[in-house]
Amino acid sequence: MAKRESGSQVAATGNNQGVNLARTEASSELLRELVAHLRQNRTQLREEWVSRIAETRLLTAMTKEEIFAEATSVYDSYVEALETETFEALQAYARNLSERIIPRGVETHEVVGIVLLLRDVLARSLFAKYQADFKKLNRILDAYEPAANRIANTVAVGFVQERERVIRQQQEAIRELSTPVLQVRERLLILPIIGVIDPQRARQLTEQLLRGIRTNRAKVVVIDITGVAAMDVTVANHLVQTVEASRLLGATSIVTGLSPEIAQTLVTIGVDLGKMNTVGDLQGGIEQAERLLGYKVETLAEPR
Amino acid sequence: MEVPILKQGAFLIATFQAALSDADLNHLRMGLVQQVVRFRSRAVIVDVTAMDVMDSFASRTLREIAHMIRLRGAETVIVGIQPEVAFAMVQLGLTLEGVATALDLEEGLAYLNEKFKTAN
Repeated sequence: MAKRESGSQVAATGNNQGVNLARTEASSELLRELVAHLRQNRTQLREEWVSRIAETRLLTAMTKEEIFAEATSVYDSYVEALETETFEALQAYARNLSERIIPRGVETHEVVGIVLLLRDVLARSLFAKYQADFKKLNRILDAYEPAANRIANTVAVGFVQERERVIRQQQEAIRELSTPVLQVRERLLILPIIGVIDPQRARQLTEQLLRGIRTNRAKVVVIDITGVAAMDVTVANHLVQTVEASRLLGATSIVTGLSPEIAQTLVTIGVDLGKMNTVGDLQGGIEQAERLLGYKVETLAEPR
Repeated sequence: MEVPILKQGAFLIATFQAALSDADLNHLRMGLVQQVVRFRSRAVIVDVTAMDVMDSFASRTLREIAHMIRLRGAETVIVGIQPEVAFAMVQLGLTLEGVATALDLEEGLAYLNEKFKTAN
C-alpha cells in the first residue's frame, strides 16, 4: 500500500513538472512567434511608431533623422529584450540613451511616452494579426504584456536614475566650489558666501572658517553675504551661530553686504542680529577690520 | 583631578588638563575666586585647550567664574577653545555671552597686556 502511494506521488510530481515545463515552453514559444512577427514587420511598425511620436509631439528637442535613428535602435533592443527575456542590455542602452539626451532637455514624460507608444503600436499589430483567433490572441498577449511592461519600467527607471546621478554630481560640484576662506592681511580673513545656504553647507562653512581662524591665527573675520539671494530664519540662525563660534575662538566677525531686501526680511521676521557687527559693503567691512587690527592705509602718491 | 592655578605676574592662569568632573569644576571656581583677591591679580586666564568635550555644566561654570571674578574686581579670558568644541557649543546654545575669549594662551596674554596698558 505504502509502496503504491509513494509511487503515485512520484508520478504526480513528475506530472507537475511536466505541466510547468509545458507552460514555460508554450510561453517562450509564443514569445518566439511574437519576435518573428516583429522582425518581419520591422520597417512598417517602426515607421508607424515614428509617425505616432511626431503626432503626439514628443521629443521636440530632436530632429526627425535623429528620432528615426534612435527609434531603430530602441526597436531592435526592445525586440531583443523580448526574445532573450534579459533586460541588462536594454538597461545599459537606456542609461546610455539618457546620458545623450538629458543634456538636450528631453523630459522624463517624453521618454516614458515613446516607450508606451511603442508598446501600443506593437499590441495593435498583434490584434490585427490574430483577430481571427481570439484564444491565440489572448495567449500571445499573456506572454507579451508582462514583458512589455517590464521593458517600459526598465527604461523609465534607467532614465530617472541617470537624471538623479547628474543632479548629485552637480550638487557635489557646487558644494566643493563654494566655501573659500581667504586671508587678505595678517590676521584678517574673508569668507565670501555665494548662493543658497542649507544646513549642510552652513555646517561646512562654519567648520572651514573655524579651521581657518586657527591656522591663520585670525583676529578679525569679514563674512560677505552679497551673493546670498534669500535669507530666512534658519539661514539667519546659521549665520549667528557662525559668528558666535568664531567669537569663542577669539575672533571678531563683521558681516557685510546685507541687501535691502534681506534687511527688510530680517526686520519683518524679527531675527535678532544685535550680536552681529554689520557694515554696508565689503570695502567698508575690510576698512573697519583694518582699524580693529591697527592698520592705517595711506596713498603714497596720487594715482596716475 | 584638581586644576593647578599658576600665578604669572598680575594674572592667574588655570590650565585644564583633561575632561574634569563636576566636583573639580566647583573646586576650581572657589580656588580662583579666593586667590584672585589674595594675590591682588588683575585678570584670570582659563586655558581649555585640552578639553575636547564641553558640556552644559562646564560651560555654565566658566560663565559663573567670569561673572564672579568680575564682582571681585578682575577680568577673565577663556582661551584655547577647539574649533569642533566651539561648533558643538553654539549648536547647544552655549555661547559664553559676556565672557572674553582668545585663540590661545599667547593671544589671551596679549589681549590682557594691551587692555591694561591702555588703562594705565
